[in-house]
Amino acid sequence: MIDLDRAWDLHPQVALRDEPFGALVYHFGTRKLSFLKDRRLLAVVRGLAGAPTARQACASCAVPPAELPRFGAALGALARSAMLVERAPAAGAGDGAP
Amino acid sequence: MSAPRLTDLFETGLDAPICLTWELTYACNLACAHCLSSSGRRDPRELTTAEAKAVIDELEAMKVFYVNIGGGEPTVRPDFWELLDYATAHRVGVKFSTNGVRITPEAARRLAADDYVDVQISLDGATEEVNDALRGPGSYATAVRALENLAAAGMKNFKISVVCTRHNIPQLGAFKALADRYGAQLRLTRLRPSGRGADVWDELHPTAAQQRELYDWLVEHGESVLTGDSFFHLSAYGEALPGLNLCGAGRVVCLIDPVGDVYACPFAIHEEFLAGNVRDRGGFAGVWRESELFAELRSPQTGGACSSCSFYDSCKGGCMAAKFFTGLPLDGPDPECVRGFGETLLAERGTVEIPRPAADHSRKVFVPLSRRPPVPACDESPLVREGAR
Repeated sequence: MIDLDRAWDLHPQVALRDEPFGALVYHFGTRKLSFLKDRRLLAVVRGLAGAPTARQACASCAVPPAELPRFGAALGALARSAMLVERAPAAGAGDGAP
Repeated sequence: MSAPRLTDLFETGLDAPICLTWELTYACNLACAHCLSSSGRRDPRELTTAEAKAVIDELEAMKVFYVNIGGGEPTVRPDFWELLDYATAHRVGVKFSTNGVRITPEAARRLAADDYVDVQISLDGATEEVNDALRGPGSYATAVRALENLAAAGMKNFKISVVCTRHNIPQLGAFKALADRYGAQLRLTRLRPSGRGADVWDELHPTAAQQRELYDWLVEHGESVLTGDSFFHLSAYGEALPGLNLCGAGRVVCLIDPVGDVYACPFAIHEEFLAGNVRDRGGFAGVWRESELFAELRSPQTGGACSSCSFYDSCKGGCMAAKFFTGLPLDGPDPECVRGFGETLLAERGTVEIPRPAADHSRKVFVPLSRRPPVPACDESPLVREGAR
């Protein structure tokens, strides 16, 4: 499970390819291939870069609160394989966390 | 997330391959007994640099993340490094297979500095004796020198690629130790009766007991050892091995050969599996999307003689190319079927005519290093033309 209240991005070396079932995710650095089989999860992943937190990215995709743990876990799996990286908050923004 | 199983989705094919194998040249300095593409001599019709770049442009447009480049020995193409740079500049990652002949310290440093390139050094024995019997004299030393150069250059996690045979199955532990020593990852693949492999498969393919040993070893080592999904026929022993566990031919993978012919898979260089050519009007994308052969491979398969087998869901009848080039029916068991049905069929097959590969670029003169007869101009080593190092 990732920290939903932090900002996340796709790793700069990660590419997405849309497929009828969702998307392929490939990391050019680790050379690992993953699959996103859930279209809403794909939308959340795409929305991460423009959202201040993962929680907001989920909200923008109308993920109901009851499903947040499941989405957090799925994003966590992507973070563990380095497909997602935490984005440092911009100076002066956020809650002052390091 | 009640999505269907991925393998079910993949069986109907994708708009673009997940990855594909691209053999850049039929030229090779070695003459391995089991060469899947019967390589040796360059083919004068091979794609030019400009044509190869046009293929890369298409792969980029199709978002093919990476290509597995092989041959022949791809690094003997004079434009090899140029094409490598062109591909990575266009966000097409490259993993290439080599016998190591051109992996000098300088080349190794260049490779280590490029995140978009991965290297597989082919080695079919953990000892010189076992390796060179199959790949030719001096090939073990060449490969080990390449491993040393890559490790010294700081290249991480490159691959040692092993075709599993009756003689090297007892060396699995030794291969792993070798990979660990150089900071490399071990990749084991299946010996197919493709190309010249057809001539040696009977004597070299692992015995039934060795297959079981291999399966257990793979289960034990999990995802730390790569297999290119090539042992899915062994999943019928029990739990599935890591990977997609399906035949990806024409569905998620394919082969582009040195003259631009597109085949369903690297192990099926035969008219029966020829889908088209990248020089055709629609290019590679046209072949991938419109070939009748690929449409057929993506249609639901019946299982034929295997459909009543309780393991069919695990092994899906095994490898199409392995069946084809051993003269077995495509809708029956794999020649290495874990239940032994393939073996029975092989024993009964009698004098059936075995299909021959569509292309044979073997050098006609086998040149043992000890006794070197005169070599005709067209049979010369591809290294000599540019001055061997």
